[in-house]
Amino acid sequence: MTQSIAALPERRQLRQARRILRAALPALSLAIIVLGIAWLNPRAISYFGLTLMLNLAVPVTLATIGQMFVMATNDLDLSIGTFVGFVGCVTATVLHDDPVLGTAILAGCIGVYVLLGAVIYLRNLPSIVMTLGMFFVWQGLAILLLPKPGGHAPDWLKALMNSKTPYVPFPIVAAVVIAAVAYVGLMQTSYGAILRGAGGNAQAVKRAGWSLLKVKMLLYGLTGFCGVLAGLALIGLTTSADANLGNGYTLLSIAGAILGGGEFVGGRVSPIGSVIGAFTLTLAGSLLNFMHISPDWQVAAQGGILIAVLAARVLINRGGATS
Amino acid sequence: MRRNGTSALALTAILMSTAAVRAETKDMRIAFSNNYAGNSWRQAMLKSYGAVAQKAVDDKIIAGSDVFTTADKEVPTQAAQIQNLILQGYNAIVINAASPNALNGAVKQACDAGIVVVSFDGIVTEPCAYRVTVDYRALAAAEIDYLATRLPKGGSLLEIRGVAGTSIDDDFHNGIQDGLKKHPDFKVVNSVEGDWDETTAQKAVATVLPSLPPVVGVVDQGGDGYGAAQAFKTAGRPFPIIIMGNRQDELAWWVDQKKANGYETWSASSAPGVATLAFWVAQQVLDGRKDIPHDIVDPYLAFTQETVEAALPKIPVGGVATIEYSLDDSKKIIADSVKK
Repeated sequence: MTQSIAALPERRQLRQARRILRAALPALSLAIIVLGIAWLNPRAISYFGLTLMLNLAVPVTLATIGQMFVMATNDLDLSIGTFVGFVGCVTATVLHDDPVLGTAILAGCIGVYVLLGAVIYLRNLPSIVMTLGMFFVWQGLAILLLPKPGGHAPDWLKALMNSKTPYVPFPIVAAVVIAAVAYVGLMQTSYGAILRGAGGNAQAVKRAGWSLLKVKMLLYGLTGFCGVLAGLALIGLTTSADANLGNGYTLLSIAGAILGGGEFVGGRVSPIGSVIGAFTLTLAGSLLNFMHISPDWQVAAQGGILIAVLAARVLINRGGATS
Repeated sequence: MRRNGTSALALTAILMSTAAVRAETKDMRIAFSNNYAGNSWRQAMLKSYGAVAQKAVDDKIIAGSDVFTTADKEVPTQAAQIQNLILQGYNAIVINAASPNALNGAVKQACDAGIVVVSFDGIVTEPCAYRVTVDYRALAAAEIDYLATRLPKGGSLLEIRGVAGTSIDDDFHNGIQDGLKKHPDFKVVNSVEGDWDETTAQKAVATVLPSLPPVVGVVDQGGDGYGAAQAFKTAGRPFPIIIMGNRQDELAWWVDQKKANGYETWSASSAPGVATLAFWVAQQVLDGRKDIPHDIVDPYLAFTQETVEAALPKIPVGGVATIEYSLDDSKKIIADSVKK
C-alpha cells in the first residue's frame, strides 16, 4: 500500500513521458526513415531529391486526411481508393475537355459522399459495408468512363503539381498547408470539437443539441472533398489516367491515419500526425528501394516497416494502460 | 559564374569525346523496375533477366544491375519507384509497367534527368521511352495461317479470348480477324473467355461445347490450350487442332498425344526472356547508338511438330518456354526493327 503511494508521482511522470512519446512517435518514425535515406543516399536529401521522393506523397496525404475525417466519426471509408481513381479518370477526360461539366461532376461526387453520410446515419448502417459497396460502384464507373488507360491531365494541374516553390520543395509546402488547414479546422474551432465529439461520445453531443446527422454529412462531405483533391493531385503527377490508378489508396490512407496516431474508435484523430503518417509511408518505400533488398524480400519488407512502427505504438500504449 | 563556365566546358569536352569514340558502358548501371512477380511468366522473366544481367556485369560490359519489384501492383507505387531510381543515379531503367499511360509523368522525369528508359511487355507510351513489343496481332494471324496449311478446305473454329479490356486480348482478336480475311474458308463459330488460365478456359469451353457444330480448330492466346483439350476430352469429342501457347502443361500434353496418335499442332507465345532483349537495347543506347528506333519488335517464340520434343525438357513444370537473348541476338533484332 504505502509502497504504491510512494511510487505514485513517479508513475504519473512515467505516464506523462509515455503520452509525449506517443505523440512524438509519428514524427520520430519519419525522422528515422529520413535519416536512413540520408545515410544511404545523401544526394536524395536535396531540393531535387526531396521533390522527386515526396511529390507522390501529396495525393496520399490528401487521401489520408480524407480517411481521417470519417475515422473521426468511428467509421472507415473503404471506397476512397477507387474514388480517387474515378476522380482521376474524370479529371483526365471530362475535366480536360469540358472544365464546366468536369467541375459539376466532381461537385456531384462530393454530394454523393454527403448523401452516403446521411444514409449511414439515418439507417444506422455499418460504414464498412456501405463503403465497400461504393468501392465497386466507383471502380465500375471509372472503367465505364475509361475502359482503356488514357486521357490527359489539364495543363494547369500539371503546372501546379510540378511548381517550383522557392527554397522548400513543393510537396513539403503542400503538406504544411494541408496539415495547417486541417489542424485549425478540426482541432482549433469549436465546431471542430463537435465533429470529433461525435466520434468520442455521440450521445453527449446529441444531448447538447447538435444534429448528429449534420455532423455525419459534413464529415463524409469533407472526405469526398479530400478524395477529389487527391485525385486531382495524382493526375497532375501521372499526366494520364488508368481506371485502377487509385486502388491502393484505401489501405494507404487507413495505414497513414493510424501511423499518424489515429484510432479506429473514439474520435481520436490527428491531422498533423496523418500528414506525417502519409509521408512516412511514402518515404518507407524510398528507403527500401535505396537499401537494395533482394526483390524476393522487397514485398515483405514494406509490410515489415509498417508492423515495426505500429508495434512500437502498441508497446507504448500497453505500457500506458498497465501503469 | 566561372564554375558554371568551366563545367559547361567540361561537358562540351565529354560530348565531343563521346562523338569521337564510342561510349563505354562499363561504368554504367542499369535498373529494372518491375510491377509484379506473382505468376510463372514473371518468375521466368526475372530469372532470365537476372542471369543475363549478372553475366553482363561479370563480363564488365556494365558496372551494375539491380532489380526492383513493387510490393503491390499499383501504379503510384511504381511511379515512386522510378523516381527513386532516378535519385540513385542509374544510367538506364528497364520497365515492365503497371500502366501504359499513368507512368508517363515519372518516365518523362527520368528522360529529363538523362536516363535511358526501355519498356517491354507492359510498355509505356511516353515518346522519350523505348518500347520492346511482341507483335501479338501477327502471331494470331499466323495461327490461322498454320491451320490453313493443315486444313486447306477450312472449317469451323472456336476462339478462346484473354482478359477482357487488355491491349493483348485486343491485338490477338484483331490478328485472328486478319487471318480470317486472308483465309475466308475458316469461320469462328463461337468465342469464350479463357483469361489465359487453363482452369477458366476448360470451364468456358465445356460450357459452350454441347451447342457447337464439329470444330476443326481452336485459336487462342496461350495458357488456355491444355484447358481446352481437357474440355474436349471430357465431352468425348475428338480433339481439333488446338493451338498451344508454350506453357509446359500444353507442350507436355501435345508430346503425349504425338506419341500416342501422331497429333499435330503449333505453339507460339511471347517469351519471358524479352526482358533480356530490353536489357540489351538499354545497353546499346547507352553505348551511344543513335539509330535504334523507339519501337522494337520482338519475334515471338514458336514450336513446331519437329522442335517441341527437344524444347519440352528445358521448361520447368508449371512454367513457360523462354529464350535468353545474347548481345548478338539483340543486335540482329534491333537491325530488323531498323529496316522496318
